[in-house]
Amino acid sequence: MNHSTVMLRRNLTHIARNPMSLFNSILMPILLLVMFVYMFGDAFSVGVDYVDYATPGLMIMAVCYGLGATATAVNSDMTKGIINRFKVMDVSRDAVLNGHVITGVATNLVANAALVGVALAMGFAPAAGLLDWLGVAGMILLLGLAASWITIALGMAAKSPENAGMAAVPMVMLPFFSSALVPAEMMGAGLREFARYQPFTPIIESLRGLLNGAPQTGDVVAAVAWCVGIALIGYLWASATFKKRA
Amino acid sequence: MTTSAIAVSGLRKAYKDKVVLDGIDLDVRAGTIFSLLGPNGAGKTTTVNVLSTLVTADGGTVRVAGHDARTDARSVRAAIGVTGQFAAVDELLTGRENLRLMVDLGPKTGRGRRIIDDLLERFDLTEAAGKPVSTYSGGMRRKLDLAMTLVGEPRVIFLDEPTTGLDPRSRRTMWTIIRDLVADGVTIFLTTQYLEEADQLADRIAVLDQGRIVAQGTPDELKRRIPGTHVRLRFASSADLTAAAVLFPGSTRDDEALALRIPGDTGTRSLRALLDRLDGNSLAAEEFSVHTPDLDDVFLALTGHTTEPAK
Repeated sequence: MNHSTVMLRRNLTHIARNPMSLFNSILMPILLLVMFVYMFGDAFSVGVDYVDYATPGLMIMAVCYGLGATATAVNSDMTKGIINRFKVMDVSRDAVLNGHVITGVATNLVANAALVGVALAMGFAPAAGLLDWLGVAGMILLLGLAASWITIALGMAAKSPENAGMAAVPMVMLPFFSSALVPAEMMGAGLREFARYQPFTPIIESLRGLLNGAPQTGDVVAAVAWCVGIALIGYLWASATFKKRA
Repeated sequence: MTTSAIAVSGLRKAYKDKVVLDGIDLDVRAGTIFSLLGPNGAGKTTTVNVLSTLVTADGGTVRVAGHDARTDARSVRAAIGVTGQFAAVDELLTGRENLRLMVDLGPKTGRGRRIIDDLLERFDLTEAAGKPVSTYSGGMRRKLDLAMTLVGEPRVIFLDEPTTGLDPRSRRTMWTIIRDLVADGVTIFLTTQYLEEADQLADRIAVLDQGRIVAQGTPDELKRRIPGTHVRLRFASSADLTAAAVLFPGSTRDDEALALRIPGDTGTRSLRALLDRLDGNSLAAEEFSVHTPDLDDVFLALTGHTTEPAK
């Protein structure tokens, strides 16, 4: 069995034994969906059924809510001495970090599948064809990779697992200030501009387009560019920190 | 064919401006216990980190198990095991899963299951093997930590303060385990701030202070390097102390404690002579104690960080 597989299995066991992280990553986005659609849905007039509008936004949140667990897990490895054991056993940096990335992305996919399932039950009616759905999956995967790498970098740079958990909070909050729940045009000045140009907005709009069966090339290009850029920065930062700390 | 398991010469390491190791020379014979003794901040952990290839030295040569730690770190890693200062165990996994993790990360042997069962048995962890490590006591964690180190059957084992924070009983258990390891032919490099521990376990001791080795030798050799056995008498008054000091030339007086330290051997004959002389001069001490040098004295005498004068 190669080292990456061993590390991946270890991380999956961790997640299975930590109900709080499962709740945060998988149930929390579903709760938010139910809350927004049933409580606030009628208050927002977005031109379409609110569940159709909000689901793509919550899919993004389903990625972000898993990040706290990733940051904490990475930091625990770095600060609790076990990393030295791995290094003496010649376990590579890639095996350690890839294990966390794959675990993070896998959690994202499960959370999204669960979320979309609940949304469909609530009347979500996407017009996406097979190719569009593949595009959606690809976008979630790409965002998951980018978010995981940047979170791993943040988690490694933090002093303690508690601080690492906090470091992921901005990533969890950022989608609220995007077009995830309400269109940017409905926001106040200042916030509106921020929401329009922040990375999550083109990603969410791409998802929305794909789910409607009519993706906008501009959104998709911007979304992919953001994801690749963030993933690259996260990867380089994480690798540099690993060298320094471990 | 060399019999050195660890050979270090001129080892230097600095973090930015702070010199942590300032020219260390060590030689550890295979199959022995070597103890690096020093207070917090002396550079013990840094030494272990360099010897175990976790950190590269700024200067000097380090050979472990016959391999150069800088140019052939991989071979060194294959031959060593490290148990750090803080139990490097996975809290969310069970004891058995932790050992399994080590087996899976090591070279394939096909004996994994047996090695795990043997180690659990040997360290008295069989009963707790299925419980998550987060429920283990400090002593059990240390034992599991050491068991994990032994999975790869290392020839050289680094133990960085293996008993710090353990209760006396767990400490003794750990000592027994360490002695058993050496009986199997393993070489042990042990750091400690407990003088008694080094005295109990080590074949050779090096005293590390502020990045330098200030003394090296067997426990007995080190003990010989400090002032010998003495008798300590405490008197009721300053007048008595003065009278007694005149009787015993070569003694040193401590006016504050009203105490007199009389060097010499502590056989019954000399002691009787000493007491007779006091009696003969109608002097009586309030308190009498015989002080034989232990490693504490060695350490204080050698490093100069002493709370009481060593001479």
